[in-house]
Amino acid sequence: MLFDTFITPFSDFEFMRRALVGMLALAVGAPPIGVFLMLRRMSLIGDAMAHAILPGAAIGFLLAGLSLFAMAGGGLIAGFLIAIGAGLISRSTSLKEDASLAAFFLISLALGVTIVSLKGSNIDLMHFLFGSVLAIDNAALLLVLGIASVSLIVLALIWRPLVLDCVDPGFLRSVSRAGGPAHAAFLGLVVLNLVGGFQALGTLLAVGIMMLPAITSRFWARDVTGMMAVAVASAAISGYAGLLLSYHANLPSGPAIILAAGFIYALSVAFGPFGGLIWLALPRRHLEA
Amino acid sequence: MGNALIAEEAMPEMRFRNLTLGYERHPAVHHLDGAVKNGALIAIVGPNGAGKSTLFKGIVGMLKPLAGSIEHDGIDVRDIAYLPQIPDIDRSFPISVYDMVAMGLWRARGLFGGIGGNDYHAIEAAIAGVGLTGFEGRTIGTLSGGQMQRMLFARLLVQDARVIVLDEPFAAIDAKTSTDLVELVRRWHGEGRTVLAALHDIDLVKAVFPETLLLAREPVAWGPTHEVLTSDNLSKARRMCEAFDESAVACAVAAE
Repeated sequence: MLFDTFITPFSDFEFMRRALVGMLALAVGAPPIGVFLMLRRMSLIGDAMAHAILPGAAIGFLLAGLSLFAMAGGGLIAGFLIAIGAGLISRSTSLKEDASLAAFFLISLALGVTIVSLKGSNIDLMHFLFGSVLAIDNAALLLVLGIASVSLIVLALIWRPLVLDCVDPGFLRSVSRAGGPAHAAFLGLVVLNLVGGFQALGTLLAVGIMMLPAITSRFWARDVTGMMAVAVASAAISGYAGLLLSYHANLPSGPAIILAAGFIYALSVAFGPFGGLIWLALPRRHLEA
Repeated sequence: MGNALIAEEAMPEMRFRNLTLGYERHPAVHHLDGAVKNGALIAIVGPNGAGKSTLFKGIVGMLKPLAGSIEHDGIDVRDIAYLPQIPDIDRSFPISVYDMVAMGLWRARGLFGGIGGNDYHAIEAAIAGVGLTGFEGRTIGTLSGGQMQRMLFARLLVQDARVIVLDEPFAAIDAKTSTDLVELVRRWHGEGRTVLAALHDIDLVKAVFPETLLLAREPVAWGPTHEVLTSDNLSKARRMCEAFDESAVACAVAAE
């Protein structure tokens, strides 16, 4: 019975196994990026970037049909262009970076949907927006695994300047020139991971597996390393639980995964040891010192 | 003999040549000339808006001069330890006091260098030196204002810099903390480091700092503290510090 519920869907169906491996790879790569986005108060930037990828992937689709590399390549290019463009505009005008990103992402979303509709059906559009994790093929799996690996390696390389740039950017500037390149590399990782999540979860939900586990982790850990570990674990559980949910309840898989992450988030808001609401509701006597 | 004298005079820690620093062409430090001797302990005194912070930003290379220059004696500006007046520290970031102090090793260890046995010793000694022993594991968000300043001084200790620039380091800090931190400044002076500090507490300056630069956008006086901090000079400094004149014309003093 237990075995039937929790193991059989994966042992019986190859597409479930692929989906699970893909989700686990995403769960390792994306949430650490999300933790840094959250700590830098850039939680919504991920959202904006995810939309920015859409027109690029759509142009890839227009040119080459449902080819993974055309769509991923187009998405990457568009993501980098938007990241650079928003940075340039905020530096050369009085707009803040988040404002110019908001402008960019609305335009990108409209443009992307328009381009997809030029050639594709509504079903194609649904794939673009919400992904098709159950249709991941070998090439897509390799792409997601590769992105997760690159992401972890680059994150390890830029870890120190990234942390210091969050805590005390003035000090980092006074001792090192690494702040700018580290920030650029970090934005690159954001784009890369969103492209990785695009195939599985679509442009609208890819950011969910990045941010929801990251925000969840704040309720469970006090230091950055601990938050990363919690974020990765909760993303992995969401992936597994979401796939099971979608299998048994016959729900669309991408939304089911993000809903699972949302459920863990809600539990954490209520019961998390650091700042969970239940600790506010339970009056405890203050300590002696 | 004459040559040796010239050589010695030609090698101060840093030299300002007709230095003008400012924002949007408006000078905040105007036509400053002079040299900071190796190992000097200098107080920069002047009313708010006198250009003290601006001068420091110029010294550490965060602000390019509008005119003139700052020459450093064989030292990269990144090797100057700088404590800004209001450090833009995100106090909600989950980092421990220990890790924050360890960041002082950046110049020595860089992006990837490991932190070894001697470094642990230096970090612990610095934390003990500012009286924060026992706070190593605390996150920085839990520190009081004075403890925060102690932690930043510990990071300065770890930085082990030849030149240290402190922008109003004792503002909004209680007497005990400022006494402890002033003791560190004295120790740095004893170790032959060059220390520049912007200060408002005239009594403290007279007690601790042998040399003073009185600044009111333009230098009012620079020299031994007791000659600089006369009531004449101080009231002159107050008069000279008025607001930006939005319609100011280009400065008439010839650029050299």
